[in-house]
Amino acid sequence: MGRYVLRRLLLTVPVLLGASLLIFAMVYALPGDPIRALGGDRPLSEAVQAQLRAEYNLDDPLLIQYLKYLAGLVQGDFGTDFSGRPVLDTILDRLPVTVRLALVAVGFEILIGILAGVLAGLRRGSFFDNLVLVSTTVVVSIPVFVLGFLAQYVFGVRLGWFPIAGITQGWYSYVLPGLVLAALSLAYVARLTRTSLAENLQSDYVRTARAKGLSETTVVGKHALRNSLIPVVTFIGADLGALLGGAIVTESVFNIPGLGRAVYDAVLRQEGAVVVGIVTLFVFFYIFFNLVVDVLYAALDPRIRYE
Amino acid sequence: MRTKRIAGTAAVLSGALLLTACGGGGGGGAEAGADGGGTFSVYIGEPENPLIPGNTSETEGGQVVDALWTGLVEYDRETNEAVYTGVAESVESEDQKTWTITLKDGWTFHDGTPVTAQSYADTWNYVANSENAQGNSYFFANVEGYEDLQAEEGGSPAGTEMSGLEVVDDRTLRVTLTDPYAQYPTTLGYTAFFPMPQAFFDNPEGFGEQPIGNGPFKADEAFQEGQGVTLTRYEEFGGDEPAKAAGVEFRVYTEINTAYNDLQAGSLDVVDQIPPDAIASAEDQFGERFKTTPRGDITSLGFPTYDERFADPQVRRAISMAIDRQAITDAIFQGARTPAASFVSPVIDGHREDACDVCELNVEEANRLLDEAGFDKSEPVDLWFNAGAGHEEWMQAVGNQLRENLGVEYQLRGDLQFAEYLPKQDDKGMTGPFRSGWIMDYPVMENMLGPTYSTAALPPAGSNVTFYSNEEFDAKLQEGNGAESIDAAIQAYQEAEDLLVADMPAAPLFFGLVQYAHSENVSDVYVNSFGRVEVEDVVVGSE
Repeated sequence: MGRYVLRRLLLTVPVLLGASLLIFAMVYALPGDPIRALGGDRPLSEAVQAQLRAEYNLDDPLLIQYLKYLAGLVQGDFGTDFSGRPVLDTILDRLPVTVRLALVAVGFEILIGILAGVLAGLRRGSFFDNLVLVSTTVVVSIPVFVLGFLAQYVFGVRLGWFPIAGITQGWYSYVLPGLVLAALSLAYVARLTRTSLAENLQSDYVRTARAKGLSETTVVGKHALRNSLIPVVTFIGADLGALLGGAIVTESVFNIPGLGRAVYDAVLRQEGAVVVGIVTLFVFFYIFFNLVVDVLYAALDPRIRYE
Repeated sequence: MRTKRIAGTAAVLSGALLLTACGGGGGGGAEAGADGGGTFSVYIGEPENPLIPGNTSETEGGQVVDALWTGLVEYDRETNEAVYTGVAESVESEDQKTWTITLKDGWTFHDGTPVTAQSYADTWNYVANSENAQGNSYFFANVEGYEDLQAEEGGSPAGTEMSGLEVVDDRTLRVTLTDPYAQYPTTLGYTAFFPMPQAFFDNPEGFGEQPIGNGPFKADEAFQEGQGVTLTRYEEFGGDEPAKAAGVEFRVYTEINTAYNDLQAGSLDVVDQIPPDAIASAEDQFGERFKTTPRGDITSLGFPTYDERFADPQVRRAISMAIDRQAITDAIFQGARTPAASFVSPVIDGHREDACDVCELNVEEANRLLDEAGFDKSEPVDLWFNAGAGHEEWMQAVGNQLRENLGVEYQLRGDLQFAEYLPKQDDKGMTGPFRSGWIMDYPVMENMLGPTYSTAALPPAGSNVTFYSNEEFDAKLQEGNGAESIDAAIQAYQEAEDLLVADMPAAPLFFGLVQYAHSENVSDVYVNSFGRVEVEDVVVGSE
C-alpha cells in the first residue's frame, strides 16, 4: 500500500512538468501583446515597454522562456505578475480562502446530498423522493451566477441573515457562497446516492442480511450504504479536486478573493508565470485527490487491494 | 489614462434581480466614532499596480493613491482651475519654459519627514527613468534631460537625473521644460507628480502595499490584494482642512452588482458606479443620495485616415452627421452619457458647447456630402471596437443609424481583446471607423487634443490612432502652449479644435458622466471630474 502511494506520487512529477509546459505554451500562443495592453488607450513609453519585455523575458522564444521559468522555480522563485507582485504571495494569500470555500461546499455536499439521497433511496416513490428529484432538477438547470445573485439578494439584502460579500466574518462568510457553489454537485450527490442505494437494496447480499434477521439499521447502514457510497466517494473526491481549482463565478458574485478569480484575471492579462504557477497547483490537487479516492476505495471495499 | 475595465460577466443577467430591489436597514457600514467622524467604506475595483503614484494611471488604484497623497495643486470643484490648496505656494514662470515651484512650509510625509524640493526631484527622476518601468514615465517627457533617462534597446540609461530639475533650496524647485507650456501648473495636480519620501528610495520593497504619502489619510496597515485597505486620518496633515472622517475603507469588489447589493443592504457606503440595469431604479431608491456629475472624458468614432475610403474629410464629416447621438445616449446609456458636439470635455475651461458643426443629425446633408465625395455605399463599413468592455451595444446602434440614414450596411468587428486590438490599431490595421476613448489626465484643453491628434503623438509613441497629421494643427497647439496667458492659450487651442472639426479625424460622440450613490450613514459625498470620490470631505453620521 505504501509503495503504491509512493509510486503514484512519483508519477505526478512528469505529469506536472508536462502540464506546466503545455499551459506555458498556451499562454505563449495567445495572440496579442500583453505589454502594449497594459497602458490601454494610452501606451506606456517605448523605453518602459522594452524594460518590461526584458524583465519578463517576453522577447525570448517559448522554450527559453520556459527553461528560465523552471530555473527560477528550482530556486523557489515562482516569478511575478506584471505589477511585480510575486506569484507565491498571491498563491499563499488566496489558497487558504479557496480551501475554506471548497471545504464548506464539500461539507454541504456530504451533509445534505447524502442525507437527501439516502432518505429518497429508502422511500422510493414517496413524496420526499419526488421532492428531491424535482428540486435537484431545478438546481441543476439554473446557472450558478443566477443562483448566486438570487441567494445574495434574498438571504443577504432582504433577510439580512448572511453577509452579502467578502470574507470579513470568518467561516460564517463562507456559508452562503459555499452553499451556492455546492448546489450543482449536491444535486448530483443526492441523485447518485439515491440510485445507488436503491439498487443495492435489491441485491442478494442485502436480502441475505435481512434473512439473517439483522436490524434494518445494520442492513442499511453497514451493508447497503457502505457499498452504495463507492461511486459517491469517487464523485466527491474528484469534485473536491475541481473545487480547489477555484470557482470563478461564485468567487466573483460573493467577492471572495480566491485563486479562481486570480487565474481568470491572469489569463486575460496574459501573465504566463501566474497562470502556470496556479494552474499547475490545480493539476496537482486534482491528481492528489484522485489518489486519495483510490486509497479510500480500499477502506470502503475490502475486496480492493493495492500492491 | 486608461479606461476602467468593465467586468460584465454577470452584469446583464442580474438586472432582473436589481430592478425590484429596495434599500435594507442599517448594517455593517459606517461606524460613528466618538471623535466626530467614524469610518466609512468605498467601492473600488482591484488596482492593477502597486500603490506608487508614478505607476498608478488607472481609476481604481488612483482612488486610494489620491486619498494618501495631496498634489502640488488641486482643482476647483466648479471650474476645474488649479487652486493652490496643495503643497505648492506658487508655480511661476517668466517665459513659460522655466518654472519655479515654491513649496509651503509644514507639509510632512506620514512618517514625519518633511516634504521638500528634493523629495520631488528624487521622485520625478525615479519615475522618468525607464529602468524603473513606471507607467507614468511619459508625464516627464517635456522636462529637459528626460531623454537621458530612457534606455536604448538592451542598454542602460545615460543618466539618472534630468538636467531640467534643479533643487534651489528645501522649498524651491526649478523645472526647465523642452518647450514652453503655459498651463504647466495645472498639470501638477495629477497623480504622476505626487512626491515620495526617502523611505521609498531606501527600501522600495513593500512600499506599494503600505505607502507613505503626504495626504489627508495614512496607511496603518498594508493593502490586502483582493480585499482592500482601511486608511486613517493623518493628524499632522499639512493642508488647511484635515479629513472629516476618522478613516476610510476601500473595499475591493470584482463585481459591481455585488457592491451595489452591499450598498442596498447598508453594508457599503459609497459606490461610484451604478450597474447599467439598475440606473433606472436607482434614482427612486436613493433619491437625493443618487447623484450624477460630469467626468472629463470623451468617446469618439475614430476614422482610419490612412484608409483610402476614409481619407476624404467630407466622408468623415458626412458619417458624423448621420449619427443621432441623443438617441443613443437615451436608449443605450440610459442617460449615463451626454451627446458630444466638441472635442473637449465640458469640465475643461475653454470647452464650447457647439464647436462641432457636423455633430447634429442631418440626414440630407450627410447623403449629399457622401454622394459628392463619391463614397461607395454598396460596400459595407467595418466598425471596430475592443471585446469585453461593453462597446458592442452602442457600436451596433451607430451601425444601425448608418444603415438607416445613409443606406450603408455595416459589419461589427469586436472580437479582439485589448492585447490584440491595440497593436492592430497602432499598426494601421483598422479597416473602418473604430471606437476611440480618452480620459483627461488634467483639466487642460491641450490634454484632449495633443495626445490624440498631434503629429508628435503618432503610434507607437502616442495615442494618435487615427494617424491624423496636420502641420497647421500642430502649430496652433504650439502657439497655445507658448501663450502668455491662459486666455490666449485657450484661444489658440480653440482654433486648433476648429481645424479638427473641419478635418474630422474622429467624430465626437459622447461625454461621460459619473453616477454614484451612497448610504444614509454618510453625507457630503462628491465624485470629481476625474471620477474619484473626494474622500477627505465625506462626513460620517447624519447631522
